[in-house]
Amino acid sequence: MPSLQEMAKKEGAFAGGHRMCAGCPVPIFTKMLTRVTDGYEIVAGNATCCLEVASSIFPYSAWKIPWIHTAFENVGASMSGVETMYRALKKRGKITKPLKFVAIGGDGGTYDIGLQSLSGAMERGHDLVYICYDNGAYMNTGVQRSSATPMGATTTTTPAGEQSFGRQGNRKDLSRIMVAHNIGYVAQASIHDPVDLSEKLKKAIELDGPAFINLLSPCIPGWKIAPDMAVESARLGVESKYWPLYEVIDGVYRINYRPKTEVPVTEWMFLQGRFKHLNKPEYKDVVDAIQQEVERNWNWIIKQEELSELLSGRVN
Amino acid sequence: MSKIVAITGAGAMSECMRQINPDVVPAFPITPSTQVIEDFSQFVADGKVDTEMITVESEHSAMSACIGAAAAGGRVMTATSSAGMALMWEMLHIAASMRQPIVMTLINRALSAPINIHADHSDSMGARDAGWIQLYAENNQEAYDNLIMAPKIAENMDVRLPVMVCMDGFIISHCVQTMQLEEDEKVKAFIGEFESTYPVLDTDHPATWGALDLQDYYMEHKRAQHMAMKNAKDVIQKVSAEFADIFGRKYELFESYRLKDAERVIIAINSVCGEIKEVIDERREAGDKVGLLKIRSFRPFPYEEIAEALKGVKIVTVLDRSESMGAHGPLFVEIRTALFDASEKPMVYNRIFGLGGRELFMSDVHDIFEENKRYLETGKVEKMTDYLKVRGG
Repeated sequence: MPSLQEMAKKEGAFAGGHRMCAGCPVPIFTKMLTRVTDGYEIVAGNATCCLEVASSIFPYSAWKIPWIHTAFENVGASMSGVETMYRALKKRGKITKPLKFVAIGGDGGTYDIGLQSLSGAMERGHDLVYICYDNGAYMNTGVQRSSATPMGATTTTTPAGEQSFGRQGNRKDLSRIMVAHNIGYVAQASIHDPVDLSEKLKKAIELDGPAFINLLSPCIPGWKIAPDMAVESARLGVESKYWPLYEVIDGVYRINYRPKTEVPVTEWMFLQGRFKHLNKPEYKDVVDAIQQEVERNWNWIIKQEELSELLSGRVN
Repeated sequence: MSKIVAITGAGAMSECMRQINPDVVPAFPITPSTQVIEDFSQFVADGKVDTEMITVESEHSAMSACIGAAAAGGRVMTATSSAGMALMWEMLHIAASMRQPIVMTLINRALSAPINIHADHSDSMGARDAGWIQLYAENNQEAYDNLIMAPKIAENMDVRLPVMVCMDGFIISHCVQTMQLEEDEKVKAFIGEFESTYPVLDTDHPATWGALDLQDYYMEHKRAQHMAMKNAKDVIQKVSAEFADIFGRKYELFESYRLKDAERVIIAINSVCGEIKEVIDERREAGDKVGLLKIRSFRPFPYEEIAEALKGVKIVTVLDRSESMGAHGPLFVEIRTALFDASEKPMVYNRIFGLGGRELFMSDVHDIFEENKRYLETGKVEKMTDYLKVRGG
């Protein structure tokens, strides 16, 4: 694996001059796409999302690699088509280059409206990496809740008010759903850790077959944070165990990072304006429930790591 | 050697797809188009084609994969019906607007509700503004011939639009008829090699596909799409003429059947035209000057040509096998528009028939000609738009 300094010297997939918000961390991973692997050229597809609209306002494009967008809920399917045409033309001797395919969607386009086409693409075994950048709401349309929105967050469709503390109930665990597809590679990564992220991108891209990466990516206006706080917000998400960094290779879990100190989830939450309303004594029960859910999820992953290693025969 | 075969309409389409051997076929099963995909899957399994199939999890994904595959730079085909195409709805527009020359067999079937698996045109007529070229067929032979011509029309550089090849569910898709199956090599030679435009797989010339297009450019792109559809009218005729030279069967934008000196005319689409022709032959024997105008290309719609063909006609009954709730039938609306500027306008009225597969028999067609005879004699259309053969009607 090349160092980040070496990688930065390579041509990135994504040019400056795009119209993402100031401080948005999404371009961190789009620039990496062509830098993590040698020997393959990358073709990308996008679901409708912030990245799609901010990178492709006609007649401009931030994309230096071939890139296609068709609709919101279907990047799994449209990229299935692109990847299949590659195999068809390769078989017929009309193309010889080694290419790899990446599909990108936000959590709305992936956890919700695009879940079916994602599932189909992964189940059919296309040589395709799907990257979901999870910022926990429909940010492109103005911060409406998605099934990735964490409990308690205020959004424009789950606003906190006299009768509501914001989003009710627990978020969907999409990474687990993707593990259940029995594909070769599933990982959770975070935008704040470029070394871990680039290694995961490299593994996913170089794998022959479907791979899925769920990427924690804070949203400046949606999380109600300062433009220089995206990386720190993501780091605290990982340190508080809200967003465990792990990967599942052929069904075997491996936790990539174990926080050294106990960081309560409130440190992550109250950095953000979307949870600010919960920072009151009367919402102690809600905050406790969020903390409990974080711990339950972390413990579940630890047990999965133990169990999957045992079942794989790697540990006696 | 070309040969006469007995085959279902759906079977004819899968045979044609075998002959074309497209690069990629994304497909999802739905009655009554399923046989097209089943037969084709067997051709793949038996190595009779080397197409890559994508057995998608929905029709929405089928059309999405068609768009991705076509933009990647190859020939793409699929098939569907009714609710399947309704689920593709969003992507039909995107396929056309992204100018992808995808070819799709549409076996016409009624839309739900109530759920019904039989023929009417509510699916394709509902999609008439999706930007697809729509070709219709009376029987297996015409559907097969349209499918041979479709890639050549779609891929023409003045067009680059998707084509929908339509036939009636069950009545044609599931009925065995005899037809001329052409030689594989002749079909392949007629269609030729696929030429790609800015393929997504060309990493040396990276293109951005599906960009956000706002107030400053959107209208120019829509107009360019409209111009391509206008060009398609000439291209359909040109390709049909080439087809006639090679295979001997002649097609126009519409078929004029005993129209030349006809006074009373029915205009219709698809399989019902077979019965209408039989009735016309019977009535002509008795000296009745009746004729048929059968639509082949509904999009683009040949307004001027139809107005010209109807010169001298005194009354026209337009048969619609679908309806537009709260409006006249979709074919009727186009025909009336076509005739608006004619110097001598015939009387024109509309009958809705055959929804959900309800049969129209030869005796019913005789009744239509009796009715329009009465209207012509009295000079009065008693009912402008009405249902045929319906309880409480």
